[in-house]
Amino acid sequence: MIEIAKEIQTAAYLFASILFILSLGGLASQESAKRGVIYGIVGMIVAIIATVLGQGVEGHVYIIGAIAVASLIGIMVARKVEMTSMPQLVAILHSFVGLAAVLVGFGSYLDPETQALTGAAHMIHLVEVFIGIFIGAITFTGSIVAWGKLDGKIPSKPWAFKGLQAMNLILLIACTVLGVLFCKAHGTEGMLPLLIMTGIASYIGVVLVMAIGGGDMPVVVSMLNSYSGWAASAAGFMLGNDLLIVTGALVGSSGAILSMHMCHAMNRSFFAVIFANATASSSQGGEKKAIEGEVTALNHDEVATLLKEAKSVVIVPGYGMAVAKAQYPIYEMVQTLRKAGKNVRFAIHPVAGRLPGHMNVLLAEANVPYDIVLEMDEINEDMPETDVVMVIGANDVVNPSAQDDPASSIYGMPVIEVWKAEKVIIMKRSMSAGYSGEDNPLFYKPNSEMLYGDAKVSVEKLMSFLKN
Amino acid sequence: MKVGIPSEIFPNELRVAATPKTVKRLLKQGFEVQIQKGAGVKANFSDKEFEEAGAKIVATAADIYGKSDIVLKVKEPSMEEVDMMKEGLVTLSYLWPAQNPDLLKKLADKKVNAIAMDGIPRISRAQKMDVLSSMANIAGYRAVIEGSFHFGRFLNGQITAAGKVEPAKVLVIGAGVAGLASIGAANSLGAIVRAFDTRKEVAEQIESMGATFLTVEIEEDGATSSGYSKEMSKEFIEAEMKLFLEQAKEVDIVITTAQIPGKPAPKLWMDYHVDAMKPGSVVVDLAAATGGNCMYTKNGEVYTTPSGVTIVGKLNQLPNQASQLYGNNLCHLLDDMGKAEKWKIDMEDAVVSRAMVTYNGKINWPPAPLPVSPTAGGKPKVVPPTEAETKATNEAAAKKATTSMVITLAVVGGLLFLVGKFAPSEFIQHFTVFVLSIFVGWQLITNVAHALHTPLMAVTNAISGIIVVGGLLQTTGDIKNPVTIIAVVVILIVSINIVGGFFVTHRMLKMFKK
Repeated sequence: MIEIAKEIQTAAYLFASILFILSLGGLASQESAKRGVIYGIVGMIVAIIATVLGQGVEGHVYIIGAIAVASLIGIMVARKVEMTSMPQLVAILHSFVGLAAVLVGFGSYLDPETQALTGAAHMIHLVEVFIGIFIGAITFTGSIVAWGKLDGKIPSKPWAFKGLQAMNLILLIACTVLGVLFCKAHGTEGMLPLLIMTGIASYIGVVLVMAIGGGDMPVVVSMLNSYSGWAASAAGFMLGNDLLIVTGALVGSSGAILSMHMCHAMNRSFFAVIFANATASSSQGGEKKAIEGEVTALNHDEVATLLKEAKSVVIVPGYGMAVAKAQYPIYEMVQTLRKAGKNVRFAIHPVAGRLPGHMNVLLAEANVPYDIVLEMDEINEDMPETDVVMVIGANDVVNPSAQDDPASSIYGMPVIEVWKAEKVIIMKRSMSAGYSGEDNPLFYKPNSEMLYGDAKVSVEKLMSFLKN
Repeated sequence: MKVGIPSEIFPNELRVAATPKTVKRLLKQGFEVQIQKGAGVKANFSDKEFEEAGAKIVATAADIYGKSDIVLKVKEPSMEEVDMMKEGLVTLSYLWPAQNPDLLKKLADKKVNAIAMDGIPRISRAQKMDVLSSMANIAGYRAVIEGSFHFGRFLNGQITAAGKVEPAKVLVIGAGVAGLASIGAANSLGAIVRAFDTRKEVAEQIESMGATFLTVEIEEDGATSSGYSKEMSKEFIEAEMKLFLEQAKEVDIVITTAQIPGKPAPKLWMDYHVDAMKPGSVVVDLAAATGGNCMYTKNGEVYTTPSGVTIVGKLNQLPNQASQLYGNNLCHLLDDMGKAEKWKIDMEDAVVSRAMVTYNGKINWPPAPLPVSPTAGGKPKVVPPTEAETKATNEAAAKKATTSMVITLAVVGGLLFLVGKFAPSEFIQHFTVFVLSIFVGWQLITNVAHALHTPLMAVTNAISGIIVVGGLLQTTGDIKNPVTIIAVVVILIVSINIVGGFFVTHRMLKMFKK
């Protein structure tokens, strides 16, 4: 095999870094997004080839074999996955990066070259290994729990107990002590503290994500994304590889700022969410407001009549739409209504669904043009002029308690002000509460009507009435 | 449980307290329904329709009042009608308890449990039984239609080959349900609409319906916790009158809707206002039944004053539709009281206890004030900060920001100095790259479109698979070496991540289109 010089490899790494930056930048807008992905792919190929051809890499057979098998699996999974289970896929992929960081850490520790280092360089290297494994393990188990929650395998309710924070702090201190022991150990004798620390970090990852409620899941996924970046960066420090450092830091900081954006959208403290005292921080205590009024329901025929008479319709989709896979019939209905000259638009809350932008992806899957898909802030001012709002499987994002009930756990979160419209139709399977567990006074407002049933079935029924 | 519906005996009352549709509803609630012969004729409901819906037709009012458990009625009963009622009968009708103390006493003496539909408290829960709102909506709409009929001109402005037509100007006084309905109707006919109300909070509602909100210079809010407006101070009324006089010279149609609960309607449109109006103008007085807002109003009459202004004191009630809505309101109340099966007069209930004006021989009026305000009355007033205050706050914030920035910079600088002092040069190089990359990532993501969050995350996820490089570097030719085994595992799982991540992003983006 040909081998390339160290300098050429560094140049290739620089090229790959630039491509990654362009890739992330490209994802900032719809027009350049596809280009962004191409940049990313090219960057990755350049990086892998430059590494494999670099000095000191052996075992090309195994490498090519592993990559080939993995590529097959990757394509199969990505091809098969349904857009509705996108969040789960992203979460489980994060766990792979976490696991990889742990393994690279161990590998690096066992590597004879590492053992040959001395003095400050050795010390710093050990610290890097330790931190890398720590972050990697948290990412690994945290992502698996997030996957379980998103997939419904683990209950989405926040699971926490008193003294959780204190315990986490104690564990953190324990890890620091183990870290000192690990750095002082000779040869590979530090293996035991390292293994114990890995166990503790894995446990922290589990409780961190377990304690976060379903409503905050988008933030968590994005945060885990950030962790996986930092894990890669830590691996870069261990191996003295700038490409890893750069790319990891890019992913880490972009994931972090994405999470912050989302917390901002929910009016939640970033730290409160990631350190899992979310529910405690946002609720300001006090008596819950009693809900006045009564829930009234309409049947499909009546809703279809309302739609026929409306001039301006806004659809607010939520997780329920994703579950029912109702995006196709919904768009069909939207097309029918638009052909009849009505102004029909979608309103998307920043945290609707279980992943940031989840709704946009689903609507895009159904070929909904993105210029009729508006964000919360764009649509809120139009609400008073809207004749009919259809809330399809959304709950917390249209809960008026967020604005007027300080005792509510979602108080202060910006919401789509659907109740200002002439009429609100809420399509729901039952009267159960939303992901936050909060009751929704919207249902009791005099201008809101329930339409019970599975979103997809309901929309199809509406269509049959609309066509007549 | 028998529900009876008598004919309305008041000559101008065209409505009836039940329609074939609400009869079906009552039957569903478990009641037996009997209705007096010909009760629905004036509202265009024939006896045959009622019979088909499942009601029993009875010949006389005496049968209804004597043999029913619940009587549904529109107008307050006359003394003769009360005479026919049996003890313990529950009646649902308008009563105007404030204006009819004698009737109240007689009902109490007869031990009739009378519910005044006009006494239903105006809280959200009771909105579905609020007959004042449902009827006011009809009246408001009709006021515009009849007003424009008597006005006899276009309401909208037109520019035609035959010349220009000025749009009509409509003034609506009182922006309750009726007033807002009038505004909406007049606006959609193309008139220029202005509206006046003593309650400042309705300005937004008025504007939302398409009218200009008129106001006087005096600071006083007429809102009360009952949802009605209160009577205003003398100064306020003087200013109001002056405003009305200015308007009187301009507007073509005036619609007055002001009511004060339990009192005669306030006089707002004085004789001199009417006299100031152009000949051919119209005043529609929706408060005619309680004395009228206009000095010239004659209840139940339409006539033209010597100065040529038509005063409308009588409106077609749209009896068919009005009966339907009124009947629905009654059904909702019966629903709330437990239907036939679990029928209960619950004097603890906020709605029933306030509307039930006579109960077990006692007069239960006026009701206790409502505990909660249905309006925004409970909200604290927000005083906008003055300019100086805003400036001071801004300056304080700026100062604070500067201080914290200095501290942050000092801390960061100190930490970097420590790193530089102790770490080897190679580490410093990596560290520089690391920190700069963080900033690049930060800047890159700040402007991402919301819709792209998921694809972005999938791509960053794929890119974080760069950790594969770690695995590649650790692979050796010796597969038995544990380091190599670990490395191959790393390559395997991370490659799944890379390929899967990019592929799925590609799939997602393919779907986005304009």
